Amino acid sequence: MTNPLLLPVDTYLVDSLPEIWFGVIMFALAMYIVLDGFDFGIGMLYATREDDHDRETLLAAFGPIWDANEVWLIAFGTMLLAAFPDVYSRLLADNYLIALGFVLALLFRGVGPELREQREDESWQRACDWSFVGGSALAPFLFGVLAGSWVFSVGAVSLPAILTGVGLVAVSAVTGAAFLAAKTGPALAGEMRDLGILATVAYLAGVVVLLAVVIVTDAGGTAGTILSIPGIAIVGLSVVAGLGGIVLALRDSYRAWLVSALALPTLLSALVALLLYPAIYPATASGAELTVETAVVSPLALNLTTVLGFPVLVVVLWYFKFLYGVFSGPIEAEGYGA
Amino acid sequence: MQPPTHFLDGALGAAAMLDGTVLFLPAEFASRVQFGWTISVHILFAALSIGLAPFIIYFTWKDIRTGSERYARLRSFWLKVFAVGFVMGTVTGIPMSFQFGTNFPGFSALAGELIGGPLAFEAKMAFFLEAVFLGVLLFGREKVSDRTYFLSSVLTGFGAWLSGFWILVVNAWMQTPQGYEMITRNGMEVAKLTDPIAAFFTPRMTWMYVHMINASVISVALLVAGVAAYIVWKKRDAKAWHTALKIAVLLLIVAAPLQAVHGDAYGRHVEDTQPQKFAAMEAHYETGTADLHLFAIPTSPDAIMNPSEENLFAISLPRVGSFLASGGDFDAVVKGLDEYEQNPPVPLVFWSFRIMVGLGFLFIGLAFWGGYLIYRDRLSDSSLYLRAMIAASPLGYAALLTGWYVTEIGRQPWVVQGELKTGEAVSSTLSSTEATLSLAAFVVIYIGLVVAALYTLRWLIEDELDELGAEPAPDDHWYGPIPGVTSDD
Repeated sequence: MTNPLLLPVDTYLVDSLPEIWFGVIMFALAMYIVLDGFDFGIGMLYATREDDHDRETLLAAFGPIWDANEVWLIAFGTMLLAAFPDVYSRLLADNYLIALGFVLALLFRGVGPELREQREDESWQRACDWSFVGGSALAPFLFGVLAGSWVFSVGAVSLPAILTGVGLVAVSAVTGAAFLAAKTGPALAGEMRDLGILATVAYLAGVVVLLAVVIVTDAGGTAGTILSIPGIAIVGLSVVAGLGGIVLALRDSYRAWLVSALALPTLLSALVALLLYPAIYPATASGAELTVETAVVSPLALNLTTVLGFPVLVVVLWYFKFLYGVFSGPIEAEGYGA
Repeated sequence: MQPPTHFLDGALGAAAMLDGTVLFLPAEFASRVQFGWTISVHILFAALSIGLAPFIIYFTWKDIRTGSERYARLRSFWLKVFAVGFVMGTVTGIPMSFQFGTNFPGFSALAGELIGGPLAFEAKMAFFLEAVFLGVLLFGREKVSDRTYFLSSVLTGFGAWLSGFWILVVNAWMQTPQGYEMITRNGMEVAKLTDPIAAFFTPRMTWMYVHMINASVISVALLVAGVAAYIVWKKRDAKAWHTALKIAVLLLIVAAPLQAVHGDAYGRHVEDTQPQKFAAMEAHYETGTADLHLFAIPTSPDAIMNPSEENLFAISLPRVGSFLASGGDFDAVVKGLDEYEQNPPVPLVFWSFRIMVGLGFLFIGLAFWGGYLIYRDRLSDSSLYLRAMIAASPLGYAALLTGWYVTEIGRQPWVVQGELKTGEAVSSTLSSTEATLSLAAFVVIYIGLVVAALYTLRWLIEDELDELGAEPAPDDHWYGPIPGVTSDD
């Protein structure tokens, strides 16, 4: 047996490696809904801009970063497949139309702006705008439905799943608005502030309704976890971050607002992790409950993915620091497609 | 297993039954067609990134080093094409990895330990690299130093080649799986990784990687040459595009013959490792000595759907198939398709193989013809050559696609050779309603994408011609005589 990396074959590098990977996957999920979340927000807020200059500014903010942000979805999916293959296959097979609808929404969101700049034709550009806005609204909704269906195990066509979708749409609008407020000039920032505050109120209201529904129906047996101390802490922190964000926005401290806004999707991912663990996939029509311990791949495979993958993950985080460094500072409308 | 009911099945199923027709395809068939169709579109864009990478790096290098307008123009034009191709590659690539779960959960569950690692490495090592540095390449010319900018082009190109590596690690494992043992986990048969080196570097891996990268380079070189020939044909003094044409032809002179030599050896490797696929490529039905068909045309319409020795006019080397398969014995017995329980669709594999090989030889001819013209210093003056290159611009892609059909359809009925049949990998919870709906959506949307990509290329060319000051001449077509050139070839 060739094993040049001298990896243990029958034991995990550390005993808690499966739990660590559960954490890493939830981290990738958080990175995805934080980073692509504000891309979705930019796409939705784009619909509120009539002025061409404003639209170009939004596209200039979106252009250099969205594709790299979207790769976190692929990182999330492939790491889930690498560490917990049964979870990957059941999550997607159980939510067939939602999952494929989501990737098609991502498709429209991605190609819209790219094709828009290729032609100076009003009806062409309008079609591309529709593709961008529609995709940006539908993608977080369907991804939220997918996550809700996963966590609450009540199927995609259910109130908890749909409310999770609505919640992800709202929180994406919040982070998108905060991102744009921090990155654009005062005129646009003011309007983004007002829209962002509205979206924050909608998000917090949505969370309250979702939690009420889940607690009353005990969807997926999660009511107890939500009412536990960590559950209450996460929900409480979300309320603090949301209300604090509104205060910061009203004081025009946009960078601080952005930080508090980005805490919201992060907390949402933490809630997903909390509600799942120690299970990683609940019992559904397609099979029994899977826990982190039962669904994880064999030691050698996970050790290999750890040794080869972890250092790269650190490098990836450095890439993002570099990328956001290059494109830091205020956005210029002319910046797009130059 | 009883197919589960789905909220859509009731309404749509009832509508289907009303007039007694079958509206929905079986879930397995629809899943296979969907995967085949979506990968066919995705691979066009993936190959564009891989093949265009060396051009982008070279043009960026020359632009920075010489500061010449010529290379700045070429860099800017092809970077726009690269950007569109990359976006299309991303948005069509995500559905591919999703379909492993949505449509073929049996495959992800069984092979997760083997394919999950490489796919995760692809995302982390290659996709991030490509996406981040393409962002810099597209929007950061004024924001970073020349050195960082050039490095970004190298890293973007390297990302494209590296993602090809990891995805082919997965595909090669599906062709010649090793480095695992079958165990039972949670009551399911799954492959457990036992030897990472063996699993990543399967016998097929290097064959596939060289063949695919080179095929991508050939396809894109033909595309670049075709676009350059068209612009030169429209605008005789477009110096930058004379350069682009020459570079593309020089690349073809190396890559096209290499593909033939390499492909020949690759064929023998397939014969060794996947005899059933090889028998389908040669339509070899009966066990016995095998001829090698160099060239075949159907003698009756029947031959298209059912090629066999009786209905083909073929130029064949008698018993060379046996000779190759056995490594030197003309009388060696080659197992025929009749001996297998289930076979791949022979006509698809047989004719795809022939189209690929035929096109490969055409490219060698075009490359050498171009080499002769470069030697005579008349590359951009030969009206016939320019027109031939314009006509040949999509053919590299035709060869690439048919080559993939040989590889993937030829492996059927297996999804993992000898281990898992495609039919067993398909989701048991997938209804034919869902499968048919998603297939229809993918067909419509992907056709739209390809059309949009082609229109984008056309607009980029029109803009380029505008900038070069070409006279708009709506009446003349490239397949007519070249304007302003009298010395025809």
